[in-house]
Amino acid sequence: MAEYKGVLGYCEVSDGKLTAIATEILGCGRRLANDLGQELSAVLVGTGVSGVAQEAIAFGADKVYVVDDPLLKDYQTDSYVAVMEKVVKQAMPQILILGQTSIGRDLAPRLAFRLGTAASLDCLELSIDPASKRLLQTKPVYGGNAQAVFTFSTEPQIVTIRSKAMSPLERDGSRKGEVITIAAGLEPPAIRTKMLQKVKEEVEGVKLEDAAVIVSGGRGIGGADGFKQLAELAKMLKGAVGASRPPCDNGWVPTTIQVGLTGKIVTPELYIAVALSGSSQHMSGCSGSKSIIAINKDPEANIVKLSRYAAIGDWKKVLPAFTNKVKELLAQ
Amino acid sequence: MNMVVCVKQVLDPEAPPASFKIDANTNKVVPPAGVPPVIDPYGEYAVEAALRIRDALGGKVTAISLGVNQLRDVIKKPLSMGADQLILLEDEAFADSDSWSTAYALAMAIKKIGEYDLILCGREASDWNAGQVGEGIAEILGLPSVTLVKKIDITDGKATVERLTADGHEVVEVPLPALLTISNEIGEPRYPTIKGIMAAKKKEPVVWKPADIGLNPSQVGAAGRRTKMLKLFQPVHEAKVEIVAGETPEEAGANLALKLRAAKIL
Repeated sequence: MAEYKGVLGYCEVSDGKLTAIATEILGCGRRLANDLGQELSAVLVGTGVSGVAQEAIAFGADKVYVVDDPLLKDYQTDSYVAVMEKVVKQAMPQILILGQTSIGRDLAPRLAFRLGTAASLDCLELSIDPASKRLLQTKPVYGGNAQAVFTFSTEPQIVTIRSKAMSPLERDGSRKGEVITIAAGLEPPAIRTKMLQKVKEEVEGVKLEDAAVIVSGGRGIGGADGFKQLAELAKMLKGAVGASRPPCDNGWVPTTIQVGLTGKIVTPELYIAVALSGSSQHMSGCSGSKSIIAINKDPEANIVKLSRYAAIGDWKKVLPAFTNKVKELLAQ
Repeated sequence: MNMVVCVKQVLDPEAPPASFKIDANTNKVVPPAGVPPVIDPYGEYAVEAALRIRDALGGKVTAISLGVNQLRDVIKKPLSMGADQLILLEDEAFADSDSWSTAYALAMAIKKIGEYDLILCGREASDWNAGQVGEGIAEILGLPSVTLVKKIDITDGKATVERLTADGHEVVEVPLPALLTISNEIGEPRYPTIKGIMAAKKKEPVVWKPADIGLNPSQVGAAGRRTKMLKLFQPVHEAKVEIVAGETPEEAGANLALKLRAAKIL
């Protein structure tokens, strides 16, 4: 029987392009493959994804497996797990890395159970144990209050990585690699679910994940109206508005702007947290920000402790004064 | 509609972060004094989802939980919310399970329950944040699954569900029986009514040991794990906050802007 060897990165493609998380997977996969002295492969699954294979090579893959089939137009658990089972049996990777996305979260565990191996989701760090050569997987637990390092002895070792936790390689268009096509071999009846509709809940302005400045509000904002003031500041700073979970659960803002363990992971230059306590699960989503500043009435709030600067007081009084001063400074 | 909902007893995730402590010798979390455990929040959303379906279509809701030292007042919450039955997989042998050994035992218990149209789990539990047990159960039982569900409609033996994506949601149709993992967007869990609490007091959970679900102690809990935890630690945050002064909140706000400009953050 063939031996499990090498690292395989599951690369998501969106609008005909390699996604940011895919380049991060290849960056971290390259490092692990080098540490093991083995190859890095990428796998692209979908409809019309073949054209992206060279891009995966440019971002570090030695080999790219492509499964391109009209039945793979939308992610569905049954079809994608079946295809990935086939890819893994052909590629026999020792390590399989996916992104902690709505696809990776679904695909990684089910594939792991199908293949009789295990998985660790939302990894922040991955490294090879020098002695055992096994993959050490560091992930947040207890809502980000703690982190744990996991390892296991079954193969492939499957992980998902958190977005922006790993760095991509510099794109190198001159890199050469091999492209291998694998037939999906799907029978439509094997796909038990049916995709009826895809709904985009577009938020105006800058996307949270791309924003250099984020103004985020919490439970203390008190309602949808308050978020208009945050939006005003965000617009002035060419940034985006975020929220912790309570404003989303209360319907003050769309759930797509939730920052946290189960929402978006953001890494802006500046994160302005207004009337937000800073629960561990929220901080999991924004702790990678370069500077965090807090406006909060409670000097003991967790967010204050985790900030660079904080102003203490009722946000309804602090924020307008802050916004006015910022406006003045920007006009200078 | 026969529904099975998987729940779990966890340390209260709403406890203040400062009360969170790890015993480095045992690699375990020290339960904070005076803060009782709770039902995992996402599991509670799953209970709510099941109760709403039963409210609309009738049927039976069975809650099932695996663990050790499950406090009756805590673990009976699904009953006080309105679930019909509670099954506990409770035995020392179930201690220190991972996603694999948990999913396997739950799947065997659900097999024993026999009749089900829908299995509901939370999207991930607030203790280990593994997010794998639901799909593990689906894979072991050979069921279709949809994860990250925020809305469920049942018609003609099919569920039409909304599944969260990064930029919105998808509408997916899945034939029953199926497994769904539930996200908080499904809507706030109901508060137990006095009537519900009284009814729950009278109902005793059914307790199953490994042998009751056809498993050896070596197949469950720590012995049945596939993963090994080498280390559990608290990440260190640099404490370096500077509180920006001001006579009034307004002054503090203006000074904060000046401070950011001086520090070249703005």
